[in-house]
Amino acid sequence: MTKREMVCVSCPIGCAVTVELDDNNEVVSVKGNTCPRGDKYARQECTHPERMLTSTVKLEGGKLPVISVKSASPIPKEMLFEAMKEINKVTLKAPVKIGDIVIKDILGTGVDIIATNES
Amino acid sequence: MLSYDLAVIGGGPAGMAAALKAREEGIEKIIILERADTLGGILEQCIHTGFGLHYFGEELSGPEYAGRFIKQVYDTDIEVKTDTMVLDISKDNVVTACNNVDGLITIKATAIVLAMGCRERPRGALSIAGSRASGIMTAGTAQKYVNINGYMPGKTVVILGSGDIGLIMARRMTLEGAKVKAVCELMPYSGGLTRNIVQCLEDFGIPLRLSCTVVKTHGKERLEGVTVANVDENLKPIPGTEEYIPCDTLMLSVGLIPENELSKNAGIELDRITNGPSVDEYRETLHKGVFACGNVLQVHDLVDYVTQESQIAGEGAAKYIKGEKKTGEYVKTQGENGVRYIVPQRINRETDKDVKLYFRVGKVFKNVRLSVKCGDEVIMSRNKKKMTPGEMENILIKLDTIKSLPSGSTITVTVEEA
Repeated sequence: MTKREMVCVSCPIGCAVTVELDDNNEVVSVKGNTCPRGDKYARQECTHPERMLTSTVKLEGGKLPVISVKSASPIPKEMLFEAMKEINKVTLKAPVKIGDIVIKDILGTGVDIIATNES
Repeated sequence: MLSYDLAVIGGGPAGMAAALKAREEGIEKIIILERADTLGGILEQCIHTGFGLHYFGEELSGPEYAGRFIKQVYDTDIEVKTDTMVLDISKDNVVTACNNVDGLITIKATAIVLAMGCRERPRGALSIAGSRASGIMTAGTAQKYVNINGYMPGKTVVILGSGDIGLIMARRMTLEGAKVKAVCELMPYSGGLTRNIVQCLEDFGIPLRLSCTVVKTHGKERLEGVTVANVDENLKPIPGTEEYIPCDTLMLSVGLIPENELSKNAGIELDRITNGPSVDEYRETLHKGVFACGNVLQVHDLVDYVTQESQIAGEGAAKYIKGEKKTGEYVKTQGENGVRYIVPQRINRETDKDVKLYFRVGKVFKNVRLSVKCGDEVIMSRNKKKMTPGEMENILIKLDTIKSLPSGSTITVTVEEA
């Protein structure tokens, strides 16, 4: 049995969470979180860490030269840099609306990259 | 002269929430005056997520959070003047502003909400030795270059100060291919949220050097490197600990200053700790009919709390305009034993709602008891596992308690051994 201390990054409160793992690295218990998101985060972090990715993509015909985008949900942490490469290949044409899909199913994660601003 | 019930100065999250709340409370003639060319304020360049978890229960980016309020504002008949600079607020609540469409305008407003936000402490405030090479900028300026203007301000970066914007930019620059060599923090603790230390630094192996500062910048035309040194308990650099770090960019994330030039000119009394106006529970300043909310009042960590605070100010302004706002005796609030300040600074004993006291502590506390006292009597208390200067705290005072406080009394928020 091992204990792992971590800070939940689901929201800015940043709860200090303690996770107990058994000898097969299976999560036995999660303590210290103040909401269900903390439990989910801690379990995920011990098995397969994920992060939200935000960036910008080039924009043509808009007021500004770039427009902000995000992953619609968290993607595997180790894929962040590879996903950035894909995002930096894209050029959008105005008009763009909040929620427009910029890249569908990025790197086969099942997660879309979507616009977070208007052009 | 134009005439309005309510003039809101600043169209960021604070100004928009205050205006919308006043509208909801039945105030008809409202105008928002905004310096930039769009509503939304600094959120437009904060493309990272984490906004709205409390208020909307969703993880939004800055532009998305702002976008929801911008849409609401334009769905009402609240007037908006962008590209408009407010120059002056007079003693009798006349606002003077200018823009390139109307020229110089004067607005007589029954109530005014100050929502000008804050700005970053600049390099000049730090007295770092070195020439004026390019490549030295605040983290917020760098954020604007990358996220709004679409270009990279440098390739190798050192960040001084561990405020949230600095941490966010460490991650942003790294994702865009720059090498962030270190984040140096003068204090023995970080000024940013723990979550940002984890997901912006630890995730990318960026070292956070506590009790460390930049003592010199090198390079004439372009920054070539910085000398960093550890500091002692008096925050003075320790001779012999200097280390040269080559870099082409130095970003500063060393604190935010409420932008109160207008308030000062209007003679509005400021709190010397928050650098924002001193206010009552509805965020009315000591200048009748002038309210303040958001980062111009106190620097917040979370926009969700800015929205909540601004709704209180909007509701207060609406009450004032309708002649329903109580004017009676006040009790004062104060912080003690490491509680640096309290907002609001005073509470009307005749108020009609519970009041949340917001504050920050001056150092890191672990396993302590937070108490609210009136004289020797403990009104309420609760145990706190951890409090840090980087995270704003709050404690709720019930309406019954406020009503029971003796007139002329002061309530004190204090930290004690658990």
